[in-house]
Amino acid sequence: MSELITKSAAELSSLLGTGEVSAVEVATAHLDRIEQVDSQVHAFLHVNRDGALADAARIDEQRAGGEQLPLLAGVPLGLKDILATKGVPTTCGSKILEGWKPPYDATVVKKLREAGIVVLGKTNMDEFAMGSSTEHSAYGPTKNPWDLTRIPGGSGGGSSACLAAFEAPLAIGTDTGGSIRQPAAVTGTVGVKPTYGGVSRYGVVALASSLDQVGPCARTVLDTALLHSVIAGHDVMDSTSIDAPVPAVVESAKRGDVKGMTIGVVKEISGEGFQAGVKQRFDEAVAILESLGANVVEVSCPNFPYALAAYYLILPSECSSNLAKFDGIRFGLRVGDDGNHSVEQVMSMTRAAGFGDEVIRRIVLGTYALSAGYYDAYYGQAQKVRTLIARDFAAAFEKVDVLISPTAPTTAFKIGEKLDDPLAMYLNDVATIPLNLAGLPGMSLPIGLATEDSLPVGLQIMAPAMADDRLYNVGAALERALLEQWGAPLLSKAPQLVGA
Amino acid sequence: MAEKVMPFEKAIEHFDPVIGLEVHVELGTKTKMFCGCSTEFGAPPNTHVCPVCLGLPGALPALNEIGVESAIRIGLALNCQIASWCRFARKNYFYPDMPKNFQTSQYDEPICFDGYLDVDVDTDEGRQTFRIGIERAHMEEDTGKNSHVGGATGRIHGADYSLVDYNRAGIPLIEIVTKPIEGAGKYAPEVAKAYVTALRDILRNLGVSDVKMEQGSLRCDVNLSLRPTSESPFGTRSETKNVNSLRSVERAVRYEITRQAARLTDGERIIQETRHWHEDTGVTTSGRSKEQAEDYRYFPEPDLVPIAPDPAWVEKLRSELPENPAVRRARLAEQWGISEFDMQTLVNSGALDLVEDSIAVGVEPAAARKWWTGELARLANEKEIELTALSIKHTDLLEIEQLISAGALNDKLARQAIEGVLAGEGSVAQVVESRGLAVVSDDGPLLAAIDEALAADPSIVEKIQSGKLQAAGAVVGAVMKATRGQADAARVRELLFERLGVSE
Repeated sequence: MSELITKSAAELSSLLGTGEVSAVEVATAHLDRIEQVDSQVHAFLHVNRDGALADAARIDEQRAGGEQLPLLAGVPLGLKDILATKGVPTTCGSKILEGWKPPYDATVVKKLREAGIVVLGKTNMDEFAMGSSTEHSAYGPTKNPWDLTRIPGGSGGGSSACLAAFEAPLAIGTDTGGSIRQPAAVTGTVGVKPTYGGVSRYGVVALASSLDQVGPCARTVLDTALLHSVIAGHDVMDSTSIDAPVPAVVESAKRGDVKGMTIGVVKEISGEGFQAGVKQRFDEAVAILESLGANVVEVSCPNFPYALAAYYLILPSECSSNLAKFDGIRFGLRVGDDGNHSVEQVMSMTRAAGFGDEVIRRIVLGTYALSAGYYDAYYGQAQKVRTLIARDFAAAFEKVDVLISPTAPTTAFKIGEKLDDPLAMYLNDVATIPLNLAGLPGMSLPIGLATEDSLPVGLQIMAPAMADDRLYNVGAALERALLEQWGAPLLSKAPQLVGA
Repeated sequence: MAEKVMPFEKAIEHFDPVIGLEVHVELGTKTKMFCGCSTEFGAPPNTHVCPVCLGLPGALPALNEIGVESAIRIGLALNCQIASWCRFARKNYFYPDMPKNFQTSQYDEPICFDGYLDVDVDTDEGRQTFRIGIERAHMEEDTGKNSHVGGATGRIHGADYSLVDYNRAGIPLIEIVTKPIEGAGKYAPEVAKAYVTALRDILRNLGVSDVKMEQGSLRCDVNLSLRPTSESPFGTRSETKNVNSLRSVERAVRYEITRQAARLTDGERIIQETRHWHEDTGVTTSGRSKEQAEDYRYFPEPDLVPIAPDPAWVEKLRSELPENPAVRRARLAEQWGISEFDMQTLVNSGALDLVEDSIAVGVEPAAARKWWTGELARLANEKEIELTALSIKHTDLLEIEQLISAGALNDKLARQAIEGVLAGEGSVAQVVESRGLAVVSDDGPLLAAIDEALAADPSIVEKIQSGKLQAAGAVVGAVMKATRGQADAARVRELLFERLGVSE
């Protein structure tokens, strides 16, 4: 096992910058690691070995030619398979897109390429990002590197697992209801959902357009910030992207000073129904923040208990429309085109064969919620709840600088445990969903292992719109204090996968 | 196949028609509504497409600002309110020509609403103005175009296979919907036609569309229902799709009145349905039944931000709006002292703007009309170019007119001067100089030519002296010929009468 795979992106960046290692060496180390362990973890749906090595070689050439390269040039990354990559398979974890190679790159992918980041491959996910466990991938589940019988979170389980398995130091996720933060929490990694509109959604296959947001994932707060600064910024191709300067995330991640800050613990999502070990680590983290000079107060967000219900009306409604384009006419799977079926039948057969149960469940829910006579009672009402939740946040941020909560109610659960109980699965996102409804930024970072199962626990930091920098400031402070306490990063306690 | 109809006059005796017109106009923007693809008509199939208008996974719409501006200008021209805040909505339905299987449109928040358009129709009591209420004008995108190959009808049933061309998908459309048009009675067909005509003129005048009905850039759906009296509630309506010429609008309304009247009289009910208009036979036939109203599951488009036009911008657009074409025509006809018929001729000739511009530099209205609809129209026709493409300036015409009034040019010479200018021989003065175009003002040669003409036909002398003054025409003609057109006809006449001692 090459030592390179345990390095952070920041460390690799400086090694590459001084010429101590080449981008090809770094890419090779990670690709070899993937070859060794991914048969067990299954973080990747598609490994782009040749493409990655070619990209790495080009970076090395440019560097050898004396070119001034961006900071992360030559650092490898796992890309969630929901972002369109030109000429590289993009499946969204669905059979309906099997074999589809987009003719274009997502804006985020373009930015990664411009930054010289080497995309190793496409990571596994719940089909069309619907799920909290990656079990809904049509290509089989991803396993949690901490315990291969457990889920790595979802929908972006492939991105979180590839970090925890040291297959890549950086990953890209998308977060519609917690799909970056919850996987980060259960794998002991860091994940950020930026402010809605902070990162372009162009080329990101839509689940729920008004909730989806692309974000950075890594093993450290600083690495996450470095990646954040690469992918963020206004994009004319995405009308909902915000035309404003990117918050100073890297500076904040380097600062890490909470002295004098007021931090609010959200009463409604910080205890009741949460696993004891999760609660325990969370309380300890609160104490650390206080010891670092923060003023921690309890804040009530009375409408948060309605968030989950509202979310499960808005999301299915939007996705029922977003997923209508998967009809077998212009791309992807086509079933029944044998001359004996009408175009309507071909569309219907393609969708029935190509979509998994969870996708069909949500399309049916959404179609119903939007139908004439029900719209006001469901979609309309849910939008009102959304407004109330945004008001709860606004009121809270009048009093505090950031809000915190545990990221997920439990540590990683067993594969198969909640597969037949959609409601139990949905409840996993109870703490992460309010942010998406309000379009605000959030981070999950590891705060230790739960005593009862020795599995990672995550803490969620929430900030006002376009104040993403606060996440990094608080996250960095907490991370530094915890590292001092632990003596080594949390992931150094994770099992070695080789020979397992 | 043909349904039973009742003669129109009889139908109108028993029923009161209510019309509703939905007009789709394709905007003449260079690019599509939500992407940068070209809107050019007639390109090879699927060459003006990109991930956005093909609805590929991950692609997002970006709004064409010119599309919004055009929509607002259309709304203002139709006396509409302009929404201070509005959104797009998704209209969800599955069809292969719709890349995303939803159409990005507007639903309960149209950008323009509550306007009107006045149209004039000839009635038994003379010309009458009908006010057509405009319910709304909203923005949306066009679909692709299916063609069904094989089979007899060109329709999907019986076809061997179908092809889809997405070049049209995403072209900006404005849908303009009238309020129910009541009270037109027997003039309903003419009112419908007059409305679409007036609308087309306005749209053309705004320069927002080429409004070519035959190319589909202006498409009309005709809704029609009958009721026993104007006091009765509305009857069930039929919706006749794609009525694509002005004459067809009138005919389709007329046909539906006669068809529905026959059905109702026979005790049958009208089925709420989509009907197809057949230009060749002049009838409508049943299409898709809309009894079970389609549920489009509209909801606000989350991929686009709301539109909140700056009121100052809207006011600026309003102030820059061209005059309503009908109002302008009436105003100019009065100013120039010409009849409505002459004005219509002028409009049809496509010379209205040119005439107005010539008049603006000082050419007399009658002269401007004469040149642009006469000699210049003929020359443009001969050269197979547009009138506007003729390389003659309005000031050239003025100069020529001034030379005519000064007696330096006559009509024939003026035509030669124009020909010279168009041929690029220089300015009017240069052409007159180089071609030697000048009325012969010296009486000597004219008198000689008169004598010659009289000698050739001595009987003329007697005719004129006996009072038949019209015989002078032959002499004037002969003199003009002899002087190659450079004589002043009036002076020749004068000299002739002087010579014969006759007074006019």
